[in-house]
Amino acid sequence: MAILELQNICKDYMQGKEPVRVLKNVSLSVEKGEYIAIMGPSGSGKTTLMNIIGCLDVPTSGSYVLDGADLQDLSDDALADIRNRHIGFVFQSFHLLPKMTALDNVALPLLYGGVPLKERKRRAAEALEAVGLSDRAEFYPNQLSGGQCQRVAIARAMVGKPDILLADEPTGALDTRAGSQIMEIFRGLNDSGMTILMITHEPSIAACADKTYHILDGELHTAGVPGRGGSEDEAE
Amino acid sequence: MIENIRLAFQGIWGHKLRSVLTMLGIIIGIAAIITIVSTIKGTNEQIKENLIGAGNNVVTVQLNQDGYPYDMSWQGIPQGVRVITEETRREIEDLRGVERASLYTHRSYAEMVYYQDTQFNGEVCGIDEHYLSVYGYQIRSGRGFTQKDYEDMRKVALVDPGAVKTLFGGEDPVGKSIELQGEVFTVVGVAALSEEFAPTIQNMNDYWLYADTSAGTVYIPGTVWPAAYQFDEPQNVAIKVTDTDAMASAGKDAAELLTASQIANTESTFDYRSQDMLEQAQQLQSMSQSTNVQLIWIASISLLVGGIGVMNIMLVSVTERTAEIGLKKAIGAKKRRIRLQFLTEAAVLTSLGGIIGVLSGVGLAQLISGMMQIPVAISAGAILIAVVFSMLIGVVFGLLPAMKAANLNPIDALRRE
Ligand SMILES: Nc1ncnc2c1ncn2[C@@H]1O[C@H](COP(=O)(O)OP(=O)(O)OP(=O)(O)O)[C@@H](O)[C@H]1O
Ligand SMILES: [Mg+2]
Repeated sequence: MAILELQNICKDYMQGKEPVRVLKNVSLSVEKGEYIAIMGPSGSGKTTLMNIIGCLDVPTSGSYVLDGADLQDLSDDALADIRNRHIGFVFQSFHLLPKMTALDNVALPLLYGGVPLKERKRRAAEALEAVGLSDRAEFYPNQLSGGQCQRVAIARAMVGKPDILLADEPTGALDTRAGSQIMEIFRGLNDSGMTILMITHEPSIAACADKTYHILDGELHTAGVPGRGGSEDEAE
Repeated sequence: MIENIRLAFQGIWGHKLRSVLTMLGIIIGIAAIITIVSTIKGTNEQIKENLIGAGNNVVTVQLNQDGYPYDMSWQGIPQGVRVITEETRREIEDLRGVERASLYTHRSYAEMVYYQDTQFNGEVCGIDEHYLSVYGYQIRSGRGFTQKDYEDMRKVALVDPGAVKTLFGGEDPVGKSIELQGEVFTVVGVAALSEEFAPTIQNMNDYWLYADTSAGTVYIPGTVWPAAYQFDEPQNVAIKVTDTDAMASAGKDAAELLTASQIANTESTFDYRSQDMLEQAQQLQSMSQSTNVQLIWIASISLLVGGIGVMNIMLVSVTERTAEIGLKKAIGAKKRRIRLQFLTEAAVLTSLGGIIGVLSGVGLAQLISGMMQIPVAISAGAILIAVVFSMLIGVVFGLLPAMKAANLNPIDALRRE
């Protein structure tokens, strides 16, 4: 069963007075448990697509069904609720809250999900353990390395046991070693059944996924389409 | 919510200087209001105490003609006004709020009173056996009037400390003889206000109020009065009430009762009226209040400015924390929660300002009272209102920034970095 189903998604941004089409008739179906990489040159619309899949943004046209539910015309708060329950985000720049400890950062989505305090602490500690950071629970983000910060962010993304993990260049700010650590964690998560959508520039990272899509100038191409392997991206 | 409050304190602590500067307007406004209110209340309580004699709670009902107190020193016996009987006095005591009633006759300026060659120019009162207790007088030396003094119409007299000074030059008057309207009276004691009822004289106004009694008073038994002055002289009534608030009503009731029972002719220009000190006190109070109300308006403007300052800083804070807000929204925080976070922060900030303002206000009021001899009364109610009000300022002026934060678009908020 498809966990998410995009059909003819278009997204326009106003560039001055002219609307500019950033996504052009994007259709994408993702099965439960799939691990997908999306590649494409800078400015091709990867983040825009990710925002729509993550319910942070709404498409100009087209339909989006997440876990069997059509997401058209939902209120901001309803979308917030869907993000909280179905989607985990991992960003290139981590986006941890600097004044909270690693543990509190991880527990935050559970707070919004209405989980009681004790349970929050327990599950956050569990998630931190899963990314190998139990000993850093009481550290603040500025006391952690970039790789550790990203692992905290992953713990935060998975703590609520969402259906889908969305990662926008999760290794973009990390060196190769830290990057491959992150990929190991993603592999483990995917093995335990989590659906993962990951944006990346690096072919070596994309290679970790089961399937790779390419976006070129707002159009989504499946594997096998010219450009596979990402050599153009690197040439850019 | 507790979490929000904790976070708010954290935020305030994290920007100490900025928070203090933000709170300054609120602090100054609240401090000013607390200072003003405390001094108003202190002054009012003192005015009330001075005028009504610090809780001796006595209201006098006097014979009036054409609306002015009738003075028998000059005007002689009033026509058509009866002498008040013991029975009527009892009726007055039965009125609501009345504890005790005393009948007395009175000369505000007594010409023919001498001790040796010294002429007295104070007051003379003919009093009944209730008078001293109604006014809270105590015998300082010698004795008071006895039952026998009244029954046998003995020519005895009491003097007050004023009379001791002006008539006896400060000597002990007990046992001395004075001449009153040609009759010889023996002074048997000195009667004075007990300490706790002594009025406080703080300024010219008070002095003026009490100066007329400073020449002193000579008291003789009411039963002897006709021998010295005139027969069938209608008395005045002094009424001790159960509490200060009953003064006005008890005085009016007694005045009506006396007017109805003592004045023979309904067409008469005479009537009985109560001299309501409370009313005078309230007039004085409202005078001091109206000037201070203007001061409170000025202080309120400071609060308004303070509130706008809070709004300004909160808007800056929202902009600064765009990424934080965006992230929170991305991982599922609803608008309501973001709004509440910023409202709480604003309210905690201004409440803190309010509390600091109250403390400085109380300190300032104490300082003023110490330096300028103005009494202060700090009211718990005013403090509570001040703190609640400053919290409300936070909520009102925090609303716009909080709405702005809650309506941030998470993508825009996350993009900025
Ligand atoms: N809010 C916006 N308003 C106007 N144009 C926008 C907005 N957001 C994105 N765009 C435009 O949409 C296009 C795609 O942007 P997007 O962020 O999706 O690219 P990307 O593929 O994620 O690039 P990168 O690899 O550099 O992150 C860009 O040309 C960008 O200028
Ligand atoms: Mg991008």
